[in-house]
Amino acid sequence: MNTVLEVVAAVLILLGALLAMTAAIGIVRFPDTLSRMHAATKPQVIGLVLVLIGAVIRLRGNVDIWMLVLVGLFTLLTAPVIAHTVGRVAYREQRSRDGLGIVGDLDRKDGPE
Amino acid sequence: MTTVLVIAGVMLSVAAVMTSFRLLDGPSTLDRLVAMDTLVAVAICGLSVWAAYSLDTTLVPAIVALSLVGFVGSVSVARFRVRDDQ
Repeated sequence: MNTVLEVVAAVLILLGALLAMTAAIGIVRFPDTLSRMHAATKPQVIGLVLVLIGAVIRLRGNVDIWMLVLVGLFTLLTAPVIAHTVGRVAYREQRSRDGLGIVGDLDRKDGPE
Repeated sequence: MTTVLVIAGVMLSVAAVMTSFRLLDGPSTLDRLVAMDTLVAVAICGLSVWAAYSLDTTLVPAIVALSLVGFVGSVSVARFRVRDDQ
């Protein structure tokens, strides 16, 4: 049982670190802010949650692991807020660039403010 | 287990170096903000990997603090920053 849990924790941590590296590659390689946010939000949050789950499994029996669960919950709550704020500003400033804003959702009369 | 955690640490270090490149290179403030946010998340990952490696939970309150400070910092910079063309 212990060996199985160790292997599961190792796989989760490795997968999470791999996703974090994928996010970094995306941030370096993608051309504009909105594309970079695509890399910086999804793989980053999934990787962080996977690493946290792996650490919780590895540290099982310890009294402090509820704080790691709390960090995962905070991340899941705050990442959409950050992405919304940054994405809104980025869209407003950069939509005149080529390839961005083919459908101007913020320009429609019935659209969001 | 130790080998896996060392490999994870190396991959996180590579991720941090690449993110720092974007943080320094820009070109706009928002790119730097996105890179900064990712750098904080990579730091949280690294501290968690260290806690799992050393089986020591002394750093766990620091992880909580880092996640909260990262959120407040990113949102306030996005809200109150000065535009690049001004």
